[in-house]
Amino acid sequence: MNITKSAVAGTLESSDVYVKAEPCDKLEVEVESVVYNQFAEEIKKSIMEVVEDLGVTSGKITVNDKGAIDCVIKARVETAIKRAGGDK
Amino acid sequence: MRRSMLFIPGNTPNLLMNGDVLGADSIILDLEDAVSPAEKDSARILVRNALKSLNYKGCEIIIRINPVDTDYWMHDLDEIIPLKPNMIMPPKVSCAQDVKTVSDYIAKLEEKCGFEKNTVKLIPLIETAMGIENAFQIAGADERVAAMFLGGEDLTADLRCKRTKEGTEIFYARTRMVCAARACGIDVYDTPFTDVEDIEGLYTDARFAKALGFSGKASISPRHVEGINEVFSPTQAEIDYAHEVMETIRIAKEQGKGVVSLRGKMIDAPIVARAQQVIEMERAMFGGVEDDD
Repeated sequence: MNITKSAVAGTLESSDVYVKAEPCDKLEVEVESVVYNQFAEEIKKSIMEVVEDLGVTSGKITVNDKGAIDCVIKARVETAIKRAGGDK
Repeated sequence: MRRSMLFIPGNTPNLLMNGDVLGADSIILDLEDAVSPAEKDSARILVRNALKSLNYKGCEIIIRINPVDTDYWMHDLDEIIPLKPNMIMPPKVSCAQDVKTVSDYIAKLEEKCGFEKNTVKLIPLIETAMGIENAFQIAGADERVAAMFLGGEDLTADLRCKRTKEGTEIFYARTRMVCAARACGIDVYDTPFTDVEDIEGLYTDARFAKALGFSGKASISPRHVEGINEVFSPTQAEIDYAHEVMETIRIAKEQGKGVVSLRGKMIDAPIVARAQQVIEMERAMFGGVEDDD
């Protein structure tokens, strides 16, 4: 799937995560989290799993995490990418 | 055992995560009214992931999908059925064909997933005047229908009357739903009591629903779950009486008696059936009860 436009998913409420997917020449992932020191690597891993599953090879994924669990992070990243790829 | 059904908005992670610790026998993960049109895709994916990852131990899972006259309901089922929820709640069901439409699509998905036929049950939400009038046909429309649920809010809008705490305006709908469901041998659930702060009102409303024959009641607030469970559970006196009935029947059988009485009242088939239902509830609530048979 190609990221052809900017799209967002999720919220900044507790236990949720706000994700922005936008076009970019290379693949970039940026993470901000209330639990960054403890879980930054796990969060990045979850993001990359979704990115790979959806076959995304380029684009910028920016994540602002408010303490979301893994299945929520993955859901929001998937939604943002699909929206950015023209799905709704 | 399903006494209480708690609605949880499908796009709210902190509620979804805690769905199984709020005391409800069933949780209804809502993809319909609790989700704005712009967030339907997001909620669908979130609920699917929650079902994939979270345990929801001891809690029945019901998914309220979007109505069959929208573009969403098939997408909802595409994502949700592979996760094998216990039940699907199609809203605004007005006729038997609405049930068949949803059931046929679920059947295709069940086959694709390799599930046994009719694995996923249906609990149609009846909330239109037409739906109430067709309640019997809806209840018997398909083998997949295991229960029906009355939605009082949309119904009163359709009836063009005011929704009140007393519920006089939905009395006909309630009794018609109970009669239709029982005629088809399925469970029937009452509309939520929507004043979250009024716990006494909730008890009054739930007791009235139980008296009419409802199997349980839905709730839009975790605060109402305990009261609903209490009202729709058998009392200790009812449990004791049920065991007495079954013991009396057992002794009568041993003695070859055809007709027996307890406390001066003849024990006939409906009393035995009621006693068995109470004991089943007791087993579901506490487990490990000795078999009376």
